[in-house]
Amino acid sequence: MTATIEPEVGKARRRKEDERLITGRTRWTDNITLPGMLHMAVLRSPFAHAKIVSIDTSAAKSASGVVAVYTGKDLDPDGAIGMPCAWPITPDMKAPRRPVLASDTVNFAGEGVAVVVARTSAEAHDALEEIDVEYDELPVILDMEAAIADGASLVHEDLGTNTSAVWKFDSGEAGTGGNVEDAISSSEVVLKRRFRQQRLVPAFMEPRACVVDPTGTQITMWAATQVPHILRVMSALTLGIPEHKLRVIAPDVGGGFGGKIGVLPEEMMSLLVAQKLGKPVKWNESRSETMLAAHHGRDQIQDITISATRDGQVTGLKVELLANLGAYNGLVGPGVPILGAFMFNAIYKIPAYHFACTNVYTTTTLTDAYRGAGRPEATFAIERIMDELAVELGMDPLELREKNWIKHEEFPFTTVCGLTYDSGNYEAATEKAKQLFDYDGLRAEQEKRRASKDKVQLGIGISTFTEMCGLAPSRVLGSLDYGAGGWEYASIRMLPTGKVEVTTGASAHGQGHETAWSQIVADQLGVAFEDVEILHGDTQSSHKGMDTYGSRSLVVGGIAVIKAAEKVVAKAKPIAAHLLECAEDDLEFAGGKFTVKGTDTSTTLADVALAVFAAHNLPDGVEPSLDSDATFDPENFSFPHGTHLCAAEVDTETGRVKLRSYVCVDDVGVAVNPLIVEGQVHGGLAQGIAQALFEGTEHDESGTLTTGTFADYLLPSAADLPSFTTDRTETPATSNPLGAKGVGEAGTIASTPAVVNAVVDAVRQFGVNDIEMPLTPMRVWHAIQHGTTDAGGPGRGEAGGGLGSIDATGGAQ
Amino acid sequence: MRITVTVDGTKYTDEVEPRTLLVHHLREKLGKVGTVVGCDTSNCGACTVHLDGHSVKSCSVLAVQADGCEVTTIEGLARDGQLHPVQKAFNDNHALQCGFCTPGMIMQSIDLLADNPDPDEQAVREGLEGNLCRCTGYQNIVRAVRDAAQHMSPGAGPEAERITETKHVGVGGD
Ligand code: FES
Ligand code: FES
Repeated sequence: MTATIEPEVGKARRRKEDERLITGRTRWTDNITLPGMLHMAVLRSPFAHAKIVSIDTSAAKSASGVVAVYTGKDLDPDGAIGMPCAWPITPDMKAPRRPVLASDTVNFAGEGVAVVVARTSAEAHDALEEIDVEYDELPVILDMEAAIADGASLVHEDLGTNTSAVWKFDSGEAGTGGNVEDAISSSEVVLKRRFRQQRLVPAFMEPRACVVDPTGTQITMWAATQVPHILRVMSALTLGIPEHKLRVIAPDVGGGFGGKIGVLPEEMMSLLVAQKLGKPVKWNESRSETMLAAHHGRDQIQDITISATRDGQVTGLKVELLANLGAYNGLVGPGVPILGAFMFNAIYKIPAYHFACTNVYTTTTLTDAYRGAGRPEATFAIERIMDELAVELGMDPLELREKNWIKHEEFPFTTVCGLTYDSGNYEAATEKAKQLFDYDGLRAEQEKRRASKDKVQLGIGISTFTEMCGLAPSRVLGSLDYGAGGWEYASIRMLPTGKVEVTTGASAHGQGHETAWSQIVADQLGVAFEDVEILHGDTQSSHKGMDTYGSRSLVVGGIAVIKAAEKVVAKAKPIAAHLLECAEDDLEFAGGKFTVKGTDTSTTLADVALAVFAAHNLPDGVEPSLDSDATFDPENFSFPHGTHLCAAEVDTETGRVKLRSYVCVDDVGVAVNPLIVEGQVHGGLAQGIAQALFEGTEHDESGTLTTGTFADYLLPSAADLPSFTTDRTETPATSNPLGAKGVGEAGTIASTPAVVNAVVDAVRQFGVNDIEMPLTPMRVWHAIQHGTTDAGGPGRGEAGGGLGSIDATGGAQ
Repeated sequence: MRITVTVDGTKYTDEVEPRTLLVHHLREKLGKVGTVVGCDTSNCGACTVHLDGHSVKSCSVLAVQADGCEVTTIEGLARDGQLHPVQKAFNDNHALQCGFCTPGMIMQSIDLLADNPDPDEQAVREGLEGNLCRCTGYQNIVRAVRDAAQHMSPGAGPEAERITETKHVGVGGD
């Protein structure tokens, strides 16, 4: 048996990407240096809201090394350029123009007002200080509720309102379920809660950057972006650059988490400036600029009402959201809460559902996608309120979930939102997680500690979840007013020596596409893993695509690769038959070989590729090429799920939280590479736990971001996190031929409520039924002292998270 | 000011501004772009290199302070085409995703192992406290460092990087 027969899919392959990354032979955008390259720096507003009275750039223009200084009026004299928003969620959505540089008013602290181009980056930054801007301060609008109250000051006077749009879904009206008001008014138990999703910073480790080279026959732009293909189209549409004259390259990209999904004013400035000067220009931001000006995530107020029978059957769910967009619409920002609309019902059979979201403008940095985009927010709310409902009913929270979830035999199941979940097995994942966690043992210990009034109390947090991955069927996106489709593209080029080049439109930034795609192609074509090269992130080599977000790469992009591979085999087959002098129907293809059925006469795909290259002896009318491509548009989303269990110890005297153990069992369908799956889950957990315990932005009353560096915005370090126990169940997706479901966001989605549920569970006997995130020692301590806290309670306005609130003593393993 | 720094075995003499940070000297003057910058507050550790055998955040050292010193960067770790055991362990244990924190993590891990050749999990976590990673959740990094400890010959830490001979072939070019 040859090595190529053993399937690659399912193997924990070490990553191909690593070699260059562990030796420093990487191509980050900031590493790119071109002859004659200039450096651009952006002057940013210190005010959250102000009229620009005047900008004096004369001193800066004569500063050392400075080549040019531009204001908004210089770059866009007619005010014709508006940064794109691809998701106008309602026909009447109020959308302000977002200029590349503010000319009349600044609407958040950090908005660009001028740029300097100089020979070195240091000279460009020095010269920023020579620009004199006179501002006239306007009222700062930070609070969403105040922003939509009558008589509120306006972010954009010309819109006449701070409400961008109101988006609703009602199961009664949609015919997918009952009327929620009826359900609530007729139910035995009704619970209403307000949860807050604090504002988070995606905090990819590589700051944003771009390099524009206008000196060739086309403009080449390198960018630290998740979306090179979208960036190319949007740049063309925004600036009028003919699309074929623009090539966008996302070289090695140091993380994204949704934070690099935007089309940036800085990218447009770089394009404009480079064209004006006819020289390559680099823009590379500092971390402090990233914190201020790269979009933030979350930032919602969630009012949730759930109704149920006394014996625990949920009868209705009503969700009213306020979503903070910041000062402008991001590329997909308005749609982020809408994605969440479909996930509040989670894994449960909820007969009546109503969702309404009000998108609000404030004078803050804009918000847009952040890992999970809408779904973590939704999962948090439903999983928190399920716990509260269990307490209300005197039930074990796991039992309440079991009572309401969709049973394994009920799949496929159409939810109250109209989504059809293709497969799932919540029982299996939960059972496995319970055993790994020792659920019963920990509950017994919890009882003991409660009874003995131990200073350290134990809490158990549960989060069972599903999410929608593989964004998305194009027709669904169309129905939600999203501006583009959800397909993905791949091509396969068979080289004469039998090696394979694969292009994908899914542009990676750390997910391991090169490895996973190689595994898929190796199986499909029967070539060696090493013989496959994956080309991505360059609009010239991988010429079309929809890029990477929403865990779509594998379940959409990976399937496009499979479809392209099938075409390669189909093209090779008549040629192989010709070479073997047999009928096509007599051939079978496996392990890279065409074999005449029932014989050992065979030829390999590599041989066919060489024969095609020579083209001396091909069947009549057959083109000399095996190259193929495919565009795959999914029919449905995929729905990974899982059960996460967290044990937290809370020191009741200090409020300190220590995660004692964290167990999760995720079902991501077929795992192409279990090593990569595990890594994604770990990273996701760290981000979700960080939302629960550590992270959150804070502004002072003038609208200044007081958590504007890594010294104030506290990302967890290795010492702040425990080890996790992760495992999997495998219920293949039936909606795609790979059976995969996607994994990028699972850990983040599920872990935040698991941790908060655990902490609240630990201190519930003090009358606590909620603590606002992040759960700093101060907030936890305050909650213990004062009993029940509402969401507006303790900790509001207090500076950031507090590291040291969690010990890492090793957790379960 | 004129300074001489030996970086990954090669001696460089250059004129630098007094305010130039070592990381910028490495990246911009010497083309050693394997070392990266992730923050401007010395919090992230992405820029970690070895200065005379000990890890430093090269964004918090002035280039002039490195005058007469030996610097090892991620690009100088592999020898004779062989990965350093810590590099190999990072690959074996899937201890990186986007890889942006990785040069700094590897350099810091080597220093940590020089101080403590067989650290337990807690010691690794504390030893890496100054290096942030947003992708991995750290678990596999911790695993990699402990795995490397099992595969490292004594002296494979920073001390072994002190340059005695000119023979110093790395797979990492500029
Ligand atoms: S760049 Fe040196 S610590 Fe962040
Ligand atoms: S691997 Fe991406 S930041 Fe560490």
